[in-house]
Amino acid sequence: MQARKKDSLLVASVKDSLGAAVITFALACVMVGLRVDVASGRGAELFLEHRWLAVAVAVLVVFAGRLAMNIFFWKREDPPSLNLSGLLPKGGMGGGSSNVLKYGLVVLAVALPFALMFWLGARGSRQYIDLAILVMTYVMLGWGLNIVVGLAGLLDLGYVAFYAVGAYSYALLAHYFGFSFWLCLPLAGILAAFWGVILGFPVLRLRGDYLAIVTLAFGEIIRVVLLNWYQFTGGPDGLSGIPRPSFFGLEFTRGEDGFASFFGLDYSSIHRIIFLYYLIFAMALFTNFVTMRLRRMPIGRAWEALREDEIACRALGINTTNTKLTAFALGAMFAGFAGSFFATRQGFISPESFTFLESAIILAIVVLGGLGSQIGVVIAAIVMIGGFEFFREFEEYRMLVFGMIMVVIMVWKPRGLISSRTPSVALSRNAKGISADLVQEGHG
Amino acid sequence: MDYFLQQLINGVTLGSIYGLIAIGYTMVYGIIGMINFAHGDIFMVGSFVALILIVALGITAATPVLLLILALALVLVVAMALTAVWGWTVERIAYRPLRGSFRLAPLITAIGASIALQNFVQVSQGAKNKPLQPLFSGSFQLTDGGADGSGFIVNLSYIQILIVVTTVILMGGFTYLINNTNLGRSQRACEQDRKMASLLGVNVDRTISLTFVMGASLASVAGLMFLLYYGVVDFYIGFLAGVKAFTAAVLGGIGSLPGAMLGGLLIGLIETFWSGYFSVEYKDVAAFSILAIVLIFMPEGLLGQPEVEKV
Repeated sequence: MQARKKDSLLVASVKDSLGAAVITFALACVMVGLRVDVASGRGAELFLEHRWLAVAVAVLVVFAGRLAMNIFFWKREDPPSLNLSGLLPKGGMGGGSSNVLKYGLVVLAVALPFALMFWLGARGSRQYIDLAILVMTYVMLGWGLNIVVGLAGLLDLGYVAFYAVGAYSYALLAHYFGFSFWLCLPLAGILAAFWGVILGFPVLRLRGDYLAIVTLAFGEIIRVVLLNWYQFTGGPDGLSGIPRPSFFGLEFTRGEDGFASFFGLDYSSIHRIIFLYYLIFAMALFTNFVTMRLRRMPIGRAWEALREDEIACRALGINTTNTKLTAFALGAMFAGFAGSFFATRQGFISPESFTFLESAIILAIVVLGGLGSQIGVVIAAIVMIGGFEFFREFEEYRMLVFGMIMVVIMVWKPRGLISSRTPSVALSRNAKGISADLVQEGHG
Repeated sequence: MDYFLQQLINGVTLGSIYGLIAIGYTMVYGIIGMINFAHGDIFMVGSFVALILIVALGITAATPVLLLILALALVLVVAMALTAVWGWTVERIAYRPLRGSFRLAPLITAIGASIALQNFVQVSQGAKNKPLQPLFSGSFQLTDGGADGSGFIVNLSYIQILIVVTTVILMGGFTYLINNTNLGRSQRACEQDRKMASLLGVNVDRTISLTFVMGASLASVAGLMFLLYYGVVDFYIGFLAGVKAFTAAVLGGIGSLPGAMLGGLLIGLIETFWSGYFSVEYKDVAAFSILAIVLIFMPEGLLGQPEVEKV
């Protein structure tokens, strides 16, 4: 009896795995096994390269992997439970346990440039501070998008458009009028928010995925216009020579009235990098602060209500138009700030930097970190952007892996890694948070 | 007038290709109510499969016509089958586990799957453009450019005829499949009420899988047509074609098969006329603007049913 049962488990597993192997073969036989390439020298003739070994490996790996999984997990009657959820930090913004993590991260972020300078010196630490600036930019963008997607539940696939508006606002204002960074920063934010309202207004009636596709279309429209309006935006050549920010009027230059000589320091190019780092850090913290404050205000509660159920929201007399528009405008404004920071950091911008992929990366940071969770965004940004830089050598493969990870994490934890929808307000003191496991279907 | 006629012919050809892709969007949206974001990339995979098969079979313009047609038919069938497996796999891995999850989840995995497919093809086939020498070069001349030769010569190429004829045949076949077979009946049942359909013995998962399979195989036909018409593919063609085909599906009324075809034709015509009479650079802007305008003012499209919002 026991033996027969074991046998049938094995047979079933092998059958299932054979099926998977056949499908893998069908997938791989043409797309992996043959590679079409353009012959050099003989005109534009195409020829094929054979890679049957790769197909065989793929099929074997899938077969063996599936067989092992079948035998040890899926087809067993008592599959060993693997609960990895405990490894992740629990709770969202208001959770007490995450306070330590939160302040820890802030302290770490403040100390980071000096720690790096101490260990690696000015020369060695530069690339790491640059990376930290990049991560911080994405944290800020993630927090901005979190207002739209995480709090208000409006899926925005064209977020990068507002980032582009911010970047181009600064670059163009500086180019044509010679405005300084500090004047342009609020202007860029206002302009981006203005565009947020303009683009947001017509799409308010649309539901989740329609909204997503229209915002995607708007994002592409803005990019195509930037690309083709050659006289104004420089087209594909972009804009260069964007002025650098000053420290209360002190330029980061060598010489009498520079930052270094004013403070009696030796001139070093790292000063500007560190200044940029603290600048984006302050901007990101500002974003977070505003979001957290707004969440406690009626408008923030309206956002969360909107995310959970739009019809109920309307029935309660919430003006959904204004609620959605403020979410759009605020999200866009922070993207505009981040955009003008991006422009001043790079000194050069072109439409290349504002593709749909960029929107997808920001969205992935928000969604994989956990919708509505501020700390999740930070963790996701560090892991993702850090991962991108870490695997820079595998340029070709990293986006492939990025796409697959997006699928895997979503399937594994549809609510994101730190999944909790802690309402900002609860009826009783005990009912503090609703775990994601309890929330089934919200019309988010 | 002659110029107009030429644009009309080109527009209908392009529209057929968009229509074939749009059917995949509209069927999937109809049945599970999600935008299959990876569909454009399935179309791209389909065109790559077709290209590889054409090169592998050694089909060139020098092949005798009868053999050429037979070989292309073989390519078509094999490409449809293999691309269908891709469509099935994407559904199985990225969408099925999330059925019943919150609504944005499958959209996110769809974007992930789209990025993964694009980069998979970039890795496995290289990032370079793949130009294919034209297989059919002949064409009918509809006008001779006037007696003094000053007019515009309108060409109707064999390949355009082939594309339109194939599209019409496939459309007929699929309409029959949806309207008159068991599979089509269960599909329509799932579209109306998935839970009820499963209570009445319809295998919902299987039906949804088959919908993806059908959509993917039609997309691969579109991929082959695209390849033959433009003669060049790269790993990035899926994104734009996908968004435009989605626009077509929305314009025609999402969930409606004839609507998808009609929307495809309209988008093809609008795009061609826009580039013919206004500017080539902004033709994508035209398509995207139509998407936005239609969704805002006419979300149910031309032939779709208005959607009732349920609590």
